[in-house]
Amino acid sequence: MSSATTQPWFARHEIRLAWREWLTMVTGGRRRRTRAALIGLTAFAAILHLPAYAVIGRFASLEAPLGKSPLIVLTSTIFLAWALMLSQAIESVTRVFYARADLDLIMSSPAKLANIFSIRIAAIAVSVTGMALLLSTPFVDVLVVFGGVRWFSAFGVVISSGLSATALAIAMTIALFRLIGPARTRLVAQILAAIIGAGFVIALQIAAILSYGTLSRFAVLTSDAAATYAPDAESLLWWPARAVLGDREALLLLLSASLVLLGIVTMILSPRFADTAASASAHAESRRRGRASRAFRGGSRQQALRRKEFLLLGRDPWLVSQTLMQLLYLVPPALFLWRSFSDSSTAIVLITPVIVMAAGQLAGGLAWLTISGEDAAELVATAPLSSAQVIRAKIEVVLIVNGAIFGPLLLALALLAPMQAAVMAAGVITGTASATAIQLWFRSQAKRSHFRRRQTSSRLATFAEAFSSIGWAATAALVLALPVAAVISGLMTVSIIFAAWKLSPRRS
Amino acid sequence: MFDNWRGKPHGDDFMEHERPALQLRGLTKRFDRLAVDALDLTVRAGEFYALVGPNGAGKTTTLRMVAGLLRPDAGSVDIFGIDALRAGIDAKQLMAWVSDEPMIYDKLTPMEYLEFVGGLWGIEPKVSQGSARELLISLGLEAHLNERCEGFSKGMRQKVALAGALVHDPRLIILDEPLTGLDAVSARHVKRLLSERVHAGGTVIMTTHILEVAERMADRIGIIAAGRLVAEGTLNELRQQNGQNDTSLEELFIALVDIEAKAA
Repeated sequence: MSSATTQPWFARHEIRLAWREWLTMVTGGRRRRTRAALIGLTAFAAILHLPAYAVIGRFASLEAPLGKSPLIVLTSTIFLAWALMLSQAIESVTRVFYARADLDLIMSSPAKLANIFSIRIAAIAVSVTGMALLLSTPFVDVLVVFGGVRWFSAFGVVISSGLSATALAIAMTIALFRLIGPARTRLVAQILAAIIGAGFVIALQIAAILSYGTLSRFAVLTSDAAATYAPDAESLLWWPARAVLGDREALLLLLSASLVLLGIVTMILSPRFADTAASASAHAESRRRGRASRAFRGGSRQQALRRKEFLLLGRDPWLVSQTLMQLLYLVPPALFLWRSFSDSSTAIVLITPVIVMAAGQLAGGLAWLTISGEDAAELVATAPLSSAQVIRAKIEVVLIVNGAIFGPLLLALALLAPMQAAVMAAGVITGTASATAIQLWFRSQAKRSHFRRRQTSSRLATFAEAFSSIGWAATAALVLALPVAAVISGLMTVSIIFAAWKLSPRRS
Repeated sequence: MFDNWRGKPHGDDFMEHERPALQLRGLTKRFDRLAVDALDLTVRAGEFYALVGPNGAGKTTTLRMVAGLLRPDAGSVDIFGIDALRAGIDAKQLMAWVSDEPMIYDKLTPMEYLEFVGGLWGIEPKVSQGSARELLISLGLEAHLNERCEGFSKGMRQKVALAGALVHDPRLIILDEPLTGLDAVSARHVKRLLSERVHAGGTVIMTTHILEVAERMADRIGIIAAGRLVAEGTLNELRQQNGQNDTSLEELFIALVDIEAKAA
C-alpha cells in the first residue's frame, strides 16, 4: 500500500473503530440491542429538549449588542463548555497513548508514522467535537426555534471549541511527557482532566460564597465588580459570544483560528506523537520499585482481603483522581455552610443532598472496584474462605473508605447541629448501603482497569445506582425541609431499589 | 525448602495419605453441549498426573470443577477424602489452582502478592514471608521482588502466580497449561519446582498440550476426549494397552483421539 493511499485508508479504519466503540458504549456490548439503543437514544435526545428549554429558553431573544454582564455570563458559559471539551480531549489523548492495543502493530508497520498519527489526532478532534455537538444540539435547537436561525452559528462555536480544545490537549499532554515522563503523565493528565472539567464551576462557586454568601456562580459573573474589570465590547475576548449570537465575521475568525491551531499542532507534534506513544508503551515494560510493604503481615484471612483492597485503591490513579473530585465538589458546600450557618439554618438543607449524593456515587464506584473489579478472581474463589466472607470483607472496605471521607464532615456538623447531622448521617449511610447493594446484585467479573466502562456493563445497575443516590439525597433534604414529602420520596427510592433487586440476575 | 510441608505421611497421617488426592465419580458438566461426560478419575497422593487431550476435550472444565470454580451438574469431587462439593472450604485449604492466564494484581509487588495469598490461606506471616522469598528467588525473580507487577511479561506473571500457588504449601496443586508463554529457562524453573513438590510428597495435576512434558514428568497420564477419559496409565501401560511398544506419547495420543473421534 503506497503512502498516498495509507491516510484515507487509515482514516476509514479509525472511523470504523470509533463507530464500533460508540455502539458498544450505548448497547453495553450486545449487538442485538443496536436498534433498541438507537431508538432509546433518539427518544432521550428528544426528551432532553425539555430541560434544555427550561434552562436556556428565556435567553433565545438575546441579540447583539449585549451589555457587559450578559457578555460575561455568555462567555463564561462558552468557556465552561470548552473546559469540559478540553477535559474530554485530555482523556482521549491519554487513552491513545496508554490504552490502545494497536500501537505495537501500527508502529511495527512500514506506514509513515507522522501520517498515521496526524489521522489519529484528527480522529480525537472529530470524536471530541462530535460528542459536544451531540450534547449541545437540544440547547441550540431550543434557541433556533424560539430565537431564529441565527442561533445555528452556535454549532460553529462548538466545532471551533472542539478543535482548539483538542489542539491544546495534545500540546499539554506531550509537554507533560517531556517534563515529567510517561509514568507521572498518566496520573497528572487524569487529575488535570478531572479538575479542568469542574474546576471552573467550583472556583466560581467559592468566589461567590466568599464574596456574596451564595452558592450561585452567576453572583460573581453578574456583579458590578466583574463588569468594571471586564474589557470593552470590542475586545477579542467577546468574539466567541458574538459568534454564538450570529456574528459571521467573529464565527469565521474563530473557526479559522482553531483550524490553524490544530493544523500547526498536527504538523509540529504528529512526529513527536509517535515518539511519545513509543515512550508510553515502553513505560509498560518499565518497573516501579517500592519498599517492602508490611501490609499483609499478620491478621485474619478477611483482614488480608481488606488490606489488599485498601492497598489497591490507594495505588489506583484513576480512583484517586475521582475521589479528589468528589472531595473538591464538597468544598463549596462546606464553605457555604461555614459562612452561612450562623445566620440561617436553611444552609444545611442545601448542603445535605450534595453530601448524600456524593456518598452514594463514591460508594457505587468503590463497590464496583472491590466486588466486580477483582483481577485475581480465581485466586480468591479458590481460597479457603466462603463467598459470604469474601463479599463481607469487600463491603467493609467500601463502608470504611466512605466513613473515613464523610465521617469528619459529619462529626464537625454534629458539634454544630446534632439533629441535622443525624439526618445527613442517615442519608450517607443509606445512600452508601444502597449503591453498594446494587453493585453487589449486578456484579460481574471484570478487569479493574475497565473501571471507566463499568456504566456500560449494566445500564440497569447504572440507572438504579444514580436514581437511588438522587432519591436518598432528595429524601434527606426533605426530612429537614418538608418531612411529609420525605416519606413519599423515601418510599419511591425504596421502590427503585426493590425493582433493581427484582431485576438483578439470579444467582444460585 | 518445604520444612512446614504438611503432606508427608507419618503416624496418624498415614491413613490419610492412603486416600487418593483426587477422586472424581460421574462428574458431569453441560454448557451448550456436554463438556464433561460422567467422568471417573482417581489421582493418587504423591503422584504427578498429566491430563492431556485435544482442544475442547473438557480438561480445563474438569479441573475448574475440582478447584471449586465451576459447580458440576452431577457427580462427586473428593480431595483427600473430603467431599469438595459439601465442605468446599476444607478442600480448598489443601489445594492450589494455577490458571493458564495468570491472574495477579498489577499494583502489588510479587512479595506483597505472595504475602496476600499467605494471608488468604491463614499462613503465619513469618512462614509465608520466608517461603515467598525463597520461591520467588528459585523462580529467577530475585531482582523483581519489590517491583510492582504492572510491567511484568507474561512469563514473569506466570511465575508469580505459580509462586502464589505454592506459598501456602498445598497438598494438591492443579495447573492448567502452566508452561504456556514461558521461555526455556523459565519452563525449566517451573518443571524443577513441580518435580521437587512431588518428591516432597505433594500431588500435582497438570493439563498440557506439550506431550513431551507429560511424557517426561508425569507418573501417569490421562487422555481425555469429548469429556471422557479414553485412556490412562504410565507411558508403558498406555503403550501396552494399545499394543504399540515403541511409539511416543504423541503417536499414541493421535491414535487414541482419532479412534474416539471416529467412534463419536
